[in-house]
Amino acid sequence: MATRSKVSASANGQPRASKKPARADLIPTEWGEAGAIERLRKMMLIRAFEEKAEELFSLGRVHGTMHLSIGQEASAVGAASALRVGDYLLNTHRGHGHCLAWFGSDEKLMMAEFMGKESGYCRGRGGSMHIANVDANNLGANGIVAGGLPISVGVGLSIKQRATDQVCLSVFGDGGANTGAFHESVNMASIWQLPVIYLCENNQYAMSMPMKKAFNIPQVSDRAKGYGIPGVTVDGNDIVAVYRVFQDAVARARAGQGPTLIEALTYRWRGHSKSDKQAYRTRDEVKEWQAQDPIRRFGRVLKLSDAEFDGHRVWADQRINEAVAFSEASAEPKIDQILEGIFA
Amino acid sequence: MRELTYVEAIREALNQAMAADPRVFLIGEDVGVYGGAFGASAGLHQQYGAGRVVDTPISEAGIAGACVGAALTGMRPVGEIQFMDFITISMEQLVLQAAKIRYMFGGKATVPMVLRTPGGSGTGAAAQHSESLENWFVHIPGLKVVMPSTPYDAKGLLLSAIDDDNPVIFVEHKLLYKTKGPVPEEPYRIPLTQTDVKRVGQHLTVVATSMMVPRALQAAEQLAAEGIELEVVDPRTLSPLDDAPIIRSVIKTGRLMVVHEAHRNGGFGGEIVGRVAESEAFDYLEAPIKRLCGLDVPIPYNRTLEAAAVPQVADIVREAKALVK
Repeated sequence: MATRSKVSASANGQPRASKKPARADLIPTEWGEAGAIERLRKMMLIRAFEEKAEELFSLGRVHGTMHLSIGQEASAVGAASALRVGDYLLNTHRGHGHCLAWFGSDEKLMMAEFMGKESGYCRGRGGSMHIANVDANNLGANGIVAGGLPISVGVGLSIKQRATDQVCLSVFGDGGANTGAFHESVNMASIWQLPVIYLCENNQYAMSMPMKKAFNIPQVSDRAKGYGIPGVTVDGNDIVAVYRVFQDAVARARAGQGPTLIEALTYRWRGHSKSDKQAYRTRDEVKEWQAQDPIRRFGRVLKLSDAEFDGHRVWADQRINEAVAFSEASAEPKIDQILEGIFA
Repeated sequence: MRELTYVEAIREALNQAMAADPRVFLIGEDVGVYGGAFGASAGLHQQYGAGRVVDTPISEAGIAGACVGAALTGMRPVGEIQFMDFITISMEQLVLQAAKIRYMFGGKATVPMVLRTPGGSGTGAAAQHSESLENWFVHIPGLKVVMPSTPYDAKGLLLSAIDDDNPVIFVEHKLLYKTKGPVPEEPYRIPLTQTDVKRVGQHLTVVATSMMVPRALQAAEQLAAEGIELEVVDPRTLSPLDDAPIIRSVIKTGRLMVVHEAHRNGGFGGEIVGRVAESEAFDYLEAPIKRLCGLDVPIPYNRTLEAAAVPQVADIVREAKALVK
């Protein structure tokens, strides 16, 4: 049976909490104080990485484009918090956050990849849209919207055939939910009860197409019913809320009870990519969502003083500056190795 | 030696691969109880169960993606796309995911998957069930393309394809399924990227693929009676291509004809011709090169038109005579 959401989208698409739990409910006891701070710092590390990425681009020190997840950090860190080493990740083009939140991730290797260096996760061949860390079962970001969804069926089948209790986190956006790949993938995972958790990060826009114009239903998670799996919509800017719904989904998946569709309501603060003039939305709308900043919200939950909060951000900036220094000191790939790695 | 049909040889390869390696499994539409639309997996469901012979919904993108994901995580999937025409639905997963993942990830991932699919016309199934799309995949770095023409090659190449750590598009032919030939019972491997000379001759090199190989051999029989000896060369693996035997053959015969069923425009024949033209064999050519291919037309339904759309034995005989005279 489909579970109903604790949070629903209001008419303007803003998340609206149906109840405000007391503080004791907010920080999971299993995190502890240190674990909670660690997660705050992880979100700050993602934010710092992406702000630096943006800066490097505007200074002309990297080329190409990038898809920033600034404003969506709680979804990545909340999801990973409910998973464990050995689980699998299939990520999106807006995937810096999930990659950094994943197990064993190293922001130095990520930044080096972003800067196209041989020391990067993918030897500079992949770049922002294709960062993977296969050794850690991070099966990569994907330049194709919903491109990872069919692959997650195979990962789920593989887990089932190998009879392990791993799970696969398969991330996509509201745009991806309208592809045929979404339908084929979720249906196959459902009929075979595969341990796949479908995370739809609904950041309200598929490039310029607003969610309200691209769906004739109020919530993406409503689609779960059509596949006979649980669907839940959650405030994606609340790291604890994301973690809680993931805990349920992960428990079901590990127990062989099949996939779950989780819709995390969030917002992309930046444009779709670097070419986006953002003519399709207002500054006021962006400001309203920025008031829901997942990092500041969690800082308030933790009752941090401004100085404490800023101190953690200084830590994150320091780590990212070191990653940039590492990357700049790293070698460029060699042209005579351009054909390496096509075939095994 | 014992004789098997082409489809029996494929089934035996699948069976032997599954028996030898628990990571190998089959996935596709109607591959289970039905046994596959052309019977390639008949009996394997009963033998290995639904867990290893996986029937899917009509979801060709999902089938291809399932192969990619399973291959990335330690399995060795063998997918089936029921008709090669339907592989168009799988293209994103094959071209943008399977082919590129290893390279995009800096050579740190492997995608050991095989996607089998029957191509070709001659069954009266018309334009959407008769495509020969192999060259689409030849064009993509990171994919291997295999196209056997005999039962012996089908078994040996399929076992090698399953062993291979790369994505392999394995193109069968509907009209070859019932053809018979000698096939050893034990498992054996024919290396990928190994062109085979199917008949030795000194007057004209005929490079043929898939169903065109037996037609070229039939034509060679007829022409031999008239004193014209064709050398029939079968690439077997279209990509990566072993072109050295082709070039050697053209140096010997001084003449080249390429025969394939796929449309001429942008077809594999152009690649063969290009490689020969760029090679030392160019200086040995004594006649213009000929491409004898499928017409650039959707395969028509009418029996006569269908046959006229792709090269037949008589066409090969006629064109060969014209080149050799």
